[in-house]
Amino acid sequence: MVDPRVNIINERLAAVRNIIAVSSGKGGVGKSLTASTLALALAKKGYKTGLFDLDFTSPSTHVILGIGNVKPKEEKGIIPPQVHGIAYMSIIYYSDEHATPLRGADVSNALIELLAITRWSELDFLIIDMPPGISDATLDIIRLIKQIKFLIVTTPSQLAFETVRKLVKLLKDLKVQVLGVIENMKMSDSGFIKQETKKLGVPHLGEIYFDLKIEDAMGNVNELMLSSFARKIDEIASKIVV
Amino acid sequence: MHEWALAESVISTVSQIAKKEGLKEISEVKIVVGELQQVELDIFKFALSQLKTSELEKTKFSIKVSKAQFQCRVCGNKWSFEKGNLGEDDAEAIHFLPEVAHTYIRCPKCGSPDFEVIKGRGIWLESIKGVK
Repeated sequence: MVDPRVNIINERLAAVRNIIAVSSGKGGVGKSLTASTLALALAKKGYKTGLFDLDFTSPSTHVILGIGNVKPKEEKGIIPPQVHGIAYMSIIYYSDEHATPLRGADVSNALIELLAITRWSELDFLIIDMPPGISDATLDIIRLIKQIKFLIVTTPSQLAFETVRKLVKLLKDLKVQVLGVIENMKMSDSGFIKQETKKLGVPHLGEIYFDLKIEDAMGNVNELMLSSFARKIDEIASKIVV
Repeated sequence: MHEWALAESVISTVSQIAKKEGLKEISEVKIVVGELQQVELDIFKFALSQLKTSELEKTKFSIKVSKAQFQCRVCGNKWSFEKGNLGEDDAEAIHFLPEVAHTYIRCPKCGSPDFEVIKGRGIWLESIKGVK
């Protein structure tokens, strides 16, 4: 028995030049905010950009973007709607505000289904907001998307970085490109993360100081893009597009 | 109408297998579709007929629907998928993404969303027959 959906995935993504998974070993480090703001920053720079929320059990990018009542269009598959200039896809279109408890095999199946039926237009960047850790979704993305690159978010916490270290090692073992590490929610001038990132042999792309006002910008993209967080992400985006 | 997208995946996979196995003509492809997908078979068959490539000119596509069955991981209860028990929007959401069954379906005995889809999910190529 062969699952035909798996075969079509790379064809579906053939017109996407760069696919970047925004990932971390731990939750709560700012992956979704980074992924959303990065997608908006790239779109603002004139790149055709998509955002795919892959955190099926705890999606949140729709809250950050304030997507309203948009729905995908059905046309020989699913066409993600344009939200604030980016093609946006999320399980939220189907799960609405309800809880969706999924085990690993269900996560894999949902991922395969959405990758097989979603018709992305020609894109310069597709940003994927990953769930935390190195379990099913991460392994599936590496298995299914040949050209995937990882952008890793950490906080200055030793605990967060301990999990990042494992993630980077796994990606290196699997020969997956790591674009670099973003140090988010910085509160002191400690050089610990920079130093440890260097030891791992991956670029330290930037540090973002804890932005006390960022919470007020949730659901308000204009305000978000004026934040100090977005300014730093914009600088990091410039490094990525080179 | 994501039946079209699924049909594309079938044609693409059959073509890849035919190439790999050196099949010049494919006589039969057996497809199993999970009931949970709620695929509109007429649309799916039409899409297959429109998408088929030269080596699939004479192919007979036989499509079997596998009934969906669930088993609760908490109390062990087994039950079947009843579309009629769902609201129209909920059934449509499951049609597009069958995993959201865990959003809209609960074990009828204990109310848990922690159940396994034992049968009737996904789409599978059961067999491909052809001549070299």
